[in-house]
Amino acid sequence: MPKKIEAPDKSRRALLKCMVLGSAGGMLWTVSGGVPRAIGLGGEALAATSGDFAFVQISDTHIGFHGEANPDPNGTLQQALARIAEAPIRPAMMVHTGDVSHLSKPAEFDTAQQMLKTAGLETHFIPGEHDTLVDQGKPFFERFGKESTQGGWYSFDQGGVHFVALVNVLNLRPGGLGYLGPEQLEWLEDDLKGRSASTPIVVLAHMPLWSVAPEWGWGTDDAAQALLYLKRFGSVTVLNGHIHQVIQKVEGRITLRTALSTAFPQAAPGTPGASPGPLKVPADRLRSLLGVRQVDIVKDKASPAISDTRLGA
Amino acid sequence: MSKFSLSARRAGLALAIAGALGAGAGLSLRLLEPARSAPAATDHAAMGPGGGPSAARPAAAASDQVVIRDFDFGPKALTVAVGTKVIWTNRDDDPHTVTSEADPKLFSSPPLDTGDAFAFTFDKPGTYRYFCSIHPHMQGTIVVK
Repeated sequence: MPKKIEAPDKSRRALLKCMVLGSAGGMLWTVSGGVPRAIGLGGEALAATSGDFAFVQISDTHIGFHGEANPDPNGTLQQALARIAEAPIRPAMMVHTGDVSHLSKPAEFDTAQQMLKTAGLETHFIPGEHDTLVDQGKPFFERFGKESTQGGWYSFDQGGVHFVALVNVLNLRPGGLGYLGPEQLEWLEDDLKGRSASTPIVVLAHMPLWSVAPEWGWGTDDAAQALLYLKRFGSVTVLNGHIHQVIQKVEGRITLRTALSTAFPQAAPGTPGASPGPLKVPADRLRSLLGVRQVDIVKDKASPAISDTRLGA
Repeated sequence: MSKFSLSARRAGLALAIAGALGAGAGLSLRLLEPARSAPAATDHAAMGPGGGPSAARPAAAASDQVVIRDFDFGPKALTVAVGTKVIWTNRDDDPHTVTSEADPKLFSSPPLDTGDAFAFTFDKPGTYRYFCSIHPHMQGTIVVK
């Protein structure tokens, strides 16, 4: 259920900006002094112009979705891209944390690719389970996996940050959750080996790397092993998608955050009678179920500063 | 050997009699509720007003239904007679699959979009476990006697 607005320090105008942003998803991240800081794409971004390096996370665009929860996912993606273009800080690049398409159809990938291109940003992709419905994700990887290894996962360095892009939507096992698999875990251990603990790490994975709601499949079976390899680093930020809402967990120096979708909301875990599918709400309530979270992950601080803005009554 | 028949939106429509006739989705959902009490070949056409494409199906073709809704197979466990064709229909807005847990897989549907159906005929007695390969926490069982 939507909470009452909890932002007494924000002006009405800022809240309206948040509302617009919230309806379209998208999160701008800045890295200042090697520490990622999440900021909304609205007016509050002005307060964070000191960042050396900014990037955008977009997720769960579900191009091809045709359900009642959003009759126009192209339109809402367009709106999200417009927000990115208007951001006061020009991001250096964009990451897409999966479910680019709804049904892995070539036409859906085409549309998504053409639309995302208009952002004019280098974009790094990882697949969601909707992108790998056929041929173990071959159509997705052929188009969006130029930089990936054989298994689909990869890493790169930018702005002083080491990015690790993981695939946890393939070879899913009966009764299980998301799955990384021993081969990928071995690669991850090797990829991180020898890196200085002071290197800021950003991990991308579609399904949450912690058990948000196992009864809904919202988690990853073997995430613990991955987090074990990551825990020696001073700053680790895990960016997930999949659940179409912002939820955060902090484990030591690892902060795990899920992202909003640009397509449709999903119910909060534990909502009685709900299922993990698209949440159908009246059109005029759609935006009220979305929102933004601003988090500052500050070096040497035990916990990040978080401000949630959930919009609508 | 079991007879394999591929899903198709057509099949889904043919089964959703009311849907094919332009009635509301709610009605077609109800019509697709499996007739569990009936041993095998209850005439599904009898459940729908005015018949429809499936009314023409021979009564001898034993079939039973599983409805996929709210990320669950209903019923989760279904017992059928040997030779029964089981038809799964996806009533969710999310795609699902019907994938055998056996190795090698006895049956594996393509991704089923909303309204799509998949059918498999069980020709041998046994317990057949399956899951949705997209949402693997979704599991079901067909017991063939």
